[in-house]
Amino acid sequence: MRLSILERGHSIRNKALLGLIRLVSRHPVVDAVKLALYRPDFYPAGGLTQEAMRGPSEWTVADRELMAAFVSKVNRTEFCVLAHTATSSMAYDDADKVSAALADLDSSPVEEPLRSTLKMLGKLTEEGDLEAADVRSALEAGASPQQVKDALAVAFAFNLTDRLADTFGFSVADRAAIQAGAKYLLARGYG
Amino acid sequence: MSDISALHAALVTRVLDGNGQAPAYLRRAAFNNSGLDSPLSELVDKVVHHAYAVTDQDIASASAAGLSEDQIFEVVVCAAVGAATRQYQSGLTALDAAAVVK
Repeated sequence: MRLSILERGHSIRNKALLGLIRLVSRHPVVDAVKLALYRPDFYPAGGLTQEAMRGPSEWTVADRELMAAFVSKVNRTEFCVLAHTATSSMAYDDADKVSAALADLDSSPVEEPLRSTLKMLGKLTEEGDLEAADVRSALEAGASPQQVKDALAVAFAFNLTDRLADTFGFSVADRAAIQAGAKYLLARGYG
Repeated sequence: MSDISALHAALVTRVLDGNGQAPAYLRRAAFNNSGLDSPLSELVDKVVHHAYAVTDQDIASASAAGLSEDQIFEVVVCAAVGAATRQYQSGLTALDAAAVVK
């Protein structure tokens, strides 16, 4: 990472926790965890991400993980694309569907209203804002206003996380660590 | 239903007004991507518009301008929270408008 404090500047307590994670997981600690454990008093994003990704919603966990991967793809944030592609694939138990959605949403087997909602999130992420007509397309495809709101919360969490991952220079984890991370995120979440 | 509004408001307050090493005016300017001098303006603008293009040199320039790593950390977090907040609020405004028309 580009700031040495994110590698080696943690509190004594969190240094011990990072050591424990390394020991128990038997993988190097991924950079997202190092960021989360650096000064959580200043940047406590875990609770918000947990609420967006695992709070009560008409969207499934798999759907929201796909949204996270989709937003990260538009942002070109490789670390997050890989992490959330793996998590969504595991949650759907359907890796083909997730890779098809990320490669070409229009020809993918993703159903409505998720498809139109992903398109809406893609536009928000790419262009920075939305018009009423963009939201109306998702509503007309069957998304409830609450579902649109929940999807916007996922987009907030990842439009924030992706920027930090890219600016701080997260290293892309190896395949085994990505799979272990996906299992962890499904079992324990982001809190 | 899930609701991040209180958590979001708390996050914004924390990064702008909570204890930190970068002065509050700098954090606020990074959040708004406005009123910063070079080289910090270039770094923050990249975080906001194309973070994937940030380089080691961008961080080194901020450092050479006298910022500590913790100050750079805080400025980058504020820039990212600000940019994601503007996107989020644009989405919520569009939802309000669409739901009213519907």
